[in-house]
This record gives sequence, structure tokens and C-alpha cells, in this order.
Amino acid sequence: MPWTKIRPDADEPDYGLDAAGHGRRLGHAAALREALSLALTLDERVFVMGQGVDDPGGMFGATRGLHQQFGGERVFDTPLAETALTGVAVGAALAGMRPVYLHNRPDFLFLALDQLANHAAKWRFMFGGAAPPVPLVVWACIGRGWGSAAQHSQALQGIFQHIPGLKLVMPSTCHDAKGLLLAAIGDDNPVVVIDHRFNFRNKGPVPEGPYYVPLGQGVVRRPGRDVTVAGFSHLVNDAFVAAEELAREEGIEAEVVDLRTIRPLDEALLLASLARTGRLVAVDTGWKTGGVAAELAAVAVEKGFAHLRAPVVRVTCPDLPTPAGYSLEAAYYVGKQQIKDAIRRLAAS
Amino acid sequence: MNDVKLALYRVMLRIRRVQERIEARYLEDHMKTPVHLCIGQEAIAAGVCLALGPGDSVQSNHRGHGHYLAKGGDLKALIAELHCKAGGCSGGFGGSMHLVDTAVGFLGSSSIVGGGIPIATGIGLAMRLRRADRVSVVFFGDGAADEGVLYESLNFAMLRRLPVVYVLEDNQWAVCSPRQGRQCGDNVFLRGADPDRLFAARLDGNDAVLVHAAAQTAVTRARSGAGPSLLVCDTYRILGHSGCKSQDPAGYRQDSEIEDWARRCPVARLRQSLVAEGLLAPAAEAALEAAIAREIDEAFAFAAASPLPDAANLSRHLFCE
Ligand SMILES: Cc1ncc(C[n+]2csc(CCOP(=O)(O)OP(=O)(O)O)c2C)c(N)n1
Repeated sequence: MPWTKIRPDADEPDYGLDAAGHGRRLGHAAALREALSLALTLDERVFVMGQGVDDPGGMFGATRGLHQQFGGERVFDTPLAETALTGVAVGAALAGMRPVYLHNRPDFLFLALDQLANHAAKWRFMFGGAAPPVPLVVWACIGRGWGSAAQHSQALQGIFQHIPGLKLVMPSTCHDAKGLLLAAIGDDNPVVVIDHRFNFRNKGPVPEGPYYVPLGQGVVRRPGRDVTVAGFSHLVNDAFVAAEELAREEGIEAEVVDLRTIRPLDEALLLASLARTGRLVAVDTGWKTGGVAAELAAVAVEKGFAHLRAPVVRVTCPDLPTPAGYSLEAAYYVGKQQIKDAIRRLAAS
Repeated sequence: MNDVKLALYRVMLRIRRVQERIEARYLEDHMKTPVHLCIGQEAIAAGVCLALGPGDSVQSNHRGHGHYLAKGGDLKALIAELHCKAGGCSGGFGGSMHLVDTAVGFLGSSSIVGGGIPIATGIGLAMRLRRADRVSVVFFGDGAADEGVLYESLNFAMLRRLPVVYVLEDNQWAVCSPRQGRQCGDNVFLRGADPDRLFAARLDGNDAVLVHAAAQTAVTRARSGAGPSLLVCDTYRILGHSGCKSQDPAGYRQDSEIEDWARRCPVARLRQSLVAEGLLAPAAEAALEAAIAREIDEAFAFAAASPLPDAANLSRHLFCE
């Protein structure tokens, strides 16, 4: 697969949505594009910015052609100046606009951290609610795989998770990619959306017209009695496939919980699932130490200790930068196999 | 013109007197927040803000009391904020470095050096997108001009011809670091910018009339759609970086340097010219001083009487619901 193009060639796991009559199937990029297009149509305050949003690739296809449809004033390319342009988005937001700033790698958000963490996240609180809100969406895509190496594939949700004042979203399905993005754009607060390139391979049921997946509401993708696997983004799909296979092959029934939003976190859903299974595999595409899986484990221990029948298991990338070489990459990333192993181990404990 | 001069004087004198009162009372320790006084720099705040209308916006920095007052920010709410009280402009959540008064277009101030520069640029972008006939202004120091975000922001504002006025208050010091140790020459960017894209001027920032005239040029340019301006105003911070005079560490700058600049006091200078031209009679001056003193007394009384913020509200302003 050439690295610059992703063809939606895989169907999402069937979460039963088709059976519910949604019918139409769209690729992930098309779903995102539809969300942006609707947001631009429905609210004249919305504008879309980012390096390359108006180029032929159009941010993996998510913004393709939008500048032609809505004009270069509302969909525009940016200079390579992530710090200032994030501040520009913050300023525009507090002057009444609703900017959506897209990056094709989250790594670049380190350059934007001053404006994201020091300004956008603090603005409302810092002025005791007397300043205007900052309705800003920053979207970035984990560019994992194909030799991207240490500076182009970082999963930085653990860092954003740590900052009060930012909402943080990681969709796993095409349906949610659209509904969560629309909800994020409609939210009056700064929202970071971290997407994953692997999601872009998927096609799935996506309703037409606007709909909103509420931030902070997770969903059970597969019910089960033995083990809870909880996580975000494409690892939920991996967990689903792992669970299906284990059920078929070994009779282990894993419950798969897609939390969808990291902040605010749907703790109630996680704890309810733990109450059923008593065992937790926390999965994340990022690092282990102080990361998102660590936070899920902390919630389980802090608020669900009485339900726990075994120690929590974390499935994450190791605490290392990403190697470029494909044999090293294969050793670095986790997916279906590691989740399967973790479920199996935990179910036996 | 005479009206403008008098108006400038009133604003500057008020800022000066407020700063002096804060200075005098800071050691009492009722204001438990780091204050950065702008004594010596009043002409810039006054000169620029008097060229603005209420719909125009200002972004400020840690040394923001003057900008806030010149833009019309509420004095009582300022002094209460310095006391971290619920009646403060930021409800006690901000302290001296985070002032806000949206009613007069003072949209907030960042204490990250340079932080307001791109935000003001974005406010300018929003004004442009909304076809509002408005101007966005940001005040920052020579220390902030060390930060790369200034150049990123200027570039973007020039590219899009945004209605932004960048006001660099060059007081020559960043805490205890002199400008010569931090920058080559008097700022590289100015020389290269195409005058069609950027109106740039270096001027005596202690001459309020001059600052006002330059600001008017910049504001008119912004409103006409021609784009941004950069006003580099030479000035000096008479007091220390923060706190009151007695708290300023000794030895990092020469007394003679401070004395030289004290002789160029922007407030005294304008007063002299007003008196010489017969525009400020002793009785009018006394009345002005008395009115300001009374207003400041009231503001301190308001602050003292204002309750502390309710701890039950601690998490209330994280997100707007
Ligand atoms: C990004 C950043 N670096 C360092 C500081 C610490 N600091 C606070 S004020 C200041 C000096 C700023 O100098 P300048 O911009 O010239 O403004 P002045 O204080 O002279 O008005 C410094 C270094 C900070 N607040 N933010």
C-alpha cells in the first residue's frame, strides 16, 4: 500500500448497526468530510484550516474539495507556523468563530502546545468565566506505519489527557467519526480529536444528514461476561475481532467497551462493565507510563476495586519512540494478537 | 487636538496614580498576586487605546494594568482582582496578570510572554471573516519579540492583510536581561518587511501625542483593509520587573539609566506642554487629581469589601456548558 494513499478496503466489524437499518456505508475520510461539509453549511462561523487542507490529497481525503465548495476564505491552507496558527484559531474562536484546525500528524501539536495547553485550555477558567469561550476543534491523525518513525507516529493522547480544560476524542468507527466531529464542532469548548490512519481503511454505516454523538458517552460494542476490554480508536476494532475469535475458538466471552471520549471519560459505563466481568484489559495506541490505559486502570482501582477479581492488564505500546524499520515496527505496535493474549491470560486468572 | 491632548493626559495620569497606589500598598500584602507596574510606559497604552473604538479589541500581557485602564476597563474590578476577590474582573481566578473586561473589548491577557500575539492575530482574522469594521491590538514587550511566534503571526497577518496592530513596548529589559544581550541590532524583522504589507514605525514611546498619531495611522490602515502595522515604541520601565520598588533586586541596571529615563517621564512631559499652552489651569488640575484619588480610594474600598471567591465554584469555569 503506497503510504500517501489509503483506500477504504476493509469493512468495519459489524456492530449490528447495519441490522438496525442504517444502510449506507461510507469510508472514514468520506464520513469526516461529510461532517465538515455539514458544519460549514449549517453554521457560518465554522471555518477549516490546516496545512494542505486545500491540496489535492485534502488531509487523507477528509477535506478534499471543500475549498472549492465553500471558498478559500473558509477552507484555507496555513503557513508552517503551528504555534501562531493555533493562537490564531484561539483568537478567532474567542472572537466568535468556530475554527477547525486539522493536522496530518499529532506530532506537530507539540509546537502548538503553548496555545493549546497554556491558552485554549485555560482561557475560560483563568478569567473566572468572564472571558468568551474558545469553541475550537484541533484534529490530528496518528500517522502510524510504513516507516514513519519516531517523529511522525506519536500517539499523544496521554499528554492531552493530562490537561484540564481540553476535551479529548478518539473515534473508532466511521459513524462516530462523523457524529463525534459534529459534536466537537458544536461544543463551546476546546476539543482535541485524535484520529488514526488505520481507521481510514474502514468502511461502515454512516447515516446521512447531521447527527451528534455526545462527547463523554461510550458504548458497549460487544457484550460479554468474562473480561472487559476497554479502549479507543482502532484498537476497539481489534479488540472486537479478538473477542469474536476467542468466543469461537475457546469459549471466552469478552465484553468490548468503546469509550470514544477520553475526556470527559464515561466512567459509569466502564464501571458497569467491570461489575459484570470483574476483569479489565485496558488498551491504548499510546505509551504505557502515565498514559490513557494507566488512567483507565486507575479508575478501575479507585472506583471499581470491589468488582475486581484480578489485576488490571494494560495493552499499550512500549515506552519507546517508534522505530522506522518494518520488522521493528511489528515488534513495537500492539493489536489483535496482544489483546487476545491479554484476554486469555486474564480469563484464566 | 487640544481635546486629544487633555484626554491623553487624563488617561495617563489615572494609570500613573493607580500604579503608584498599588506600589505604595503592595507590601501590606493584601494583594497576593505578582504585580507588574507600568510606570514610565503610560503614553503607549493611552496613545494607542484612544485611537480605538469600543468595538475594537485589545490583547495584553503580564504588564497589563495600563492597557486595561486605557481601554476603559473597570477600575474597581481591577483592584478587586489584585486582591483576588470575587468582585474582581476575573472573579479571583486570574490575579493581576489575567485581566478581562469584554464589555470594553478587553478580551483578556496572557502571562505567557508572547502568548497574546497570535490570539490578537486570530481576533483580527475573525473580524475580517465577519466583515466587521474593527481592529485588533496587542501589546507586548521586547522580551516577547524574542519569541518566534511574533514572526509567525506577523507573516500570517501580512499574508491575509489582517486588521491587527502590533504594539511593541521596548522598555529594554526582560526581567533582568538587557535587550542587547538577547537581540542583534534593533530587531531584524523590521528591515525586511515590505511596507505595502506592514506599516512599521519606531517611535518615542514616551511621547503620547506621537504614539497616538502613529496609532491612528495604523488603525486607519487596518480599517481600510490594507493590513497590519507594527509600532515599536521606545520606553522604559522605571520600577522593577515586578512587585514594588523596594523589591527590585539591585545591581542589574545603572541608577543613571533610571534617572535619565525618569527625566523623560511621559506624564510630566505632556503636563508641561499642556501647562505651557495654557490648557491645564491649576484649578482644573487639582480637580482632576482629586477625582482620580477619590476613584482609587473607592476602588480599594470596593476590593476590601468584596468577598473572597466561593470555593464551591472551583470547578465551575473549566468548561462552559
Ligand atoms: C514564555 C515565557 N518565558 C518566560 C517567562 C518569564 N517572564 C515573565 S515576564 C518576562 C519578561 C518579559 O519581558 P518583556 O516582554 O520585555 O516585557 P516587560 O516585562 O519588559 O514589560 C519573563 C522572561 C514567561 N512568563 N513566559
